[in-house]
Amino acid sequence: MSDIASRVKAIIVDKLGVDENEVVSEASFTNDLGADSLDTVELIMEFEKEFDIQIPDDQAENISTVGQAISYIEEAKK
Amino acid sequence: MQLKRVVVTGLGALTPIGNSIEAYWEGLVNGKSGAAPITYYDTEKHKTKFACEVKNFDIEQFMDRKESRRLDKFSQYAIAASDEAIKDAGITDTNVNKARVGVIWGAGIGGLETFQEEVLNYAKGDGTPKFNPFFIPKMIADIAPAHISMRNGFMGPNYTTVSACASSANALIDAFNYIRLGMCDVIISGGSEAAVTIAGMGGFNSMHALSTRNDSPETASRPFDATRDGFVLGEGAGALVLEEYEHAKARGAKIYCEIGGGGLSSDAYHLTAPHPEGVGVIAVMQNTLRDAGMQPTDVDHINTHGTSTPLGDVAELKAISAVFGDHAKTLNINSTKSMTGHLLGAAGAIEAIAVILAMQHGIVPPTINHEVVDENIDPSLNLTLNKAQKREIKVAMSNTFGFGGHNACVLFKKIDA
Repeated sequence: MSDIASRVKAIIVDKLGVDENEVVSEASFTNDLGADSLDTVELIMEFEKEFDIQIPDDQAENISTVGQAISYIEEAKK
Repeated sequence: MQLKRVVVTGLGALTPIGNSIEAYWEGLVNGKSGAAPITYYDTEKHKTKFACEVKNFDIEQFMDRKESRRLDKFSQYAIAASDEAIKDAGITDTNVNKARVGVIWGAGIGGLETFQEEVLNYAKGDGTPKFNPFFIPKMIADIAPAHISMRNGFMGPNYTTVSACASSANALIDAFNYIRLGMCDVIISGGSEAAVTIAGMGGFNSMHALSTRNDSPETASRPFDATRDGFVLGEGAGALVLEEYEHAKARGAKIYCEIGGGGLSSDAYHLTAPHPEGVGVIAVMQNTLRDAGMQPTDVDHINTHGTSTPLGDVAELKAISAVFGDHAKTLNINSTKSMTGHLLGAAGAIEAIAVILAMQHGIVPPTINHEVVDENIDPSLNLTLNKAQKREIKVAMSNTFGFGGHNACVLFKKIDA
């Protein structure tokens, strides 16, 4: 697992209070990991802080799974 | 229209001197002080370095960590106290109609720590407004009763009353009114506050409102003592289950007492100073007696607002003498803030509970820390100094006055009185 992937998963485990095993690539924040609309916004903000990036709102809307978050951040950090 | 009778059927408390009703009462009768050096932040640069914090509170006994992060401490305290009160009242999913159960809560400020943390966090950045999405729904003062209703499924009236240190007395009176008008069967009422923060202490310090007796925190809250120098900030929550009398009887509920009446008034005078002639305070006690259909001579006990401030304590006692005349000398007067500190928006709730427990046990908790007689106070008044006193109580009142000149008073009576 890449460094980015493990940091993303750690944030999700912390913020959503879920088990690490549930945080798989295809897991949806809202459908599988119990996040509501506010949790999702908070996750995006945590990613921005952790990785020192900006995720515009229109792009944040397309990040709904663990895998999408990791891909977006990997791309942004290139 | 015939007004319904309203009784108290459940109690819950999370206070600086005890984290349950039983522990709170133990603390009250034994004259325990809840004051100690502040543990939440570094007080080195602060004028007042102590407060009455809640001790050994673990929100994870009530909810998981993820959920608890969505609640400011003032809401967490509300959950703890209301859980205890609802359980004490024996309310279940099946013995109430949840559409007719409300939650009317008091909070003087709301999520002050959340507000402080979010603004500090913003100030560290480059000016781009980055706020946590939970900032507003954690901070707003109405959110504590919202959490209580979501947790229990209560779908009746739901809101917070805000009148500074009178907030939860306002909540109790609103709850009393809705039930006696027949609009609800049960209302969870009370209040909570969690303002022991850098901003809370700093703000009250700059008003010269707080005691600065840093060398002796546990004796700093000394209502009616000549050397009192301000209030001691406290935090916590109190919850009371108010219920329509026939509804309570029909389900075989334990009944603590009846709510006899409530009164409200405003000083219309100053932001923070009490009116020198106490006109608003006199009016609020008279309004309460009138609402209850009682005479001053019917009253046995008054739990005062008595915050341990130089002006407020004397003004309140003068007002009591004006309302009660000669009978004032036979009252048991006390200030339990000498033990709990001042819980602001939760004060009315925990002091209402102190009155109800005093009535139940036939014991008036003391006003502790009294050492030096204040010559401005009538020596013939019984201020229940330093030791609890046995006293049969049929009727008792609880006074609360808020910054802004908001006055609220609630009268409790034994069910057969």
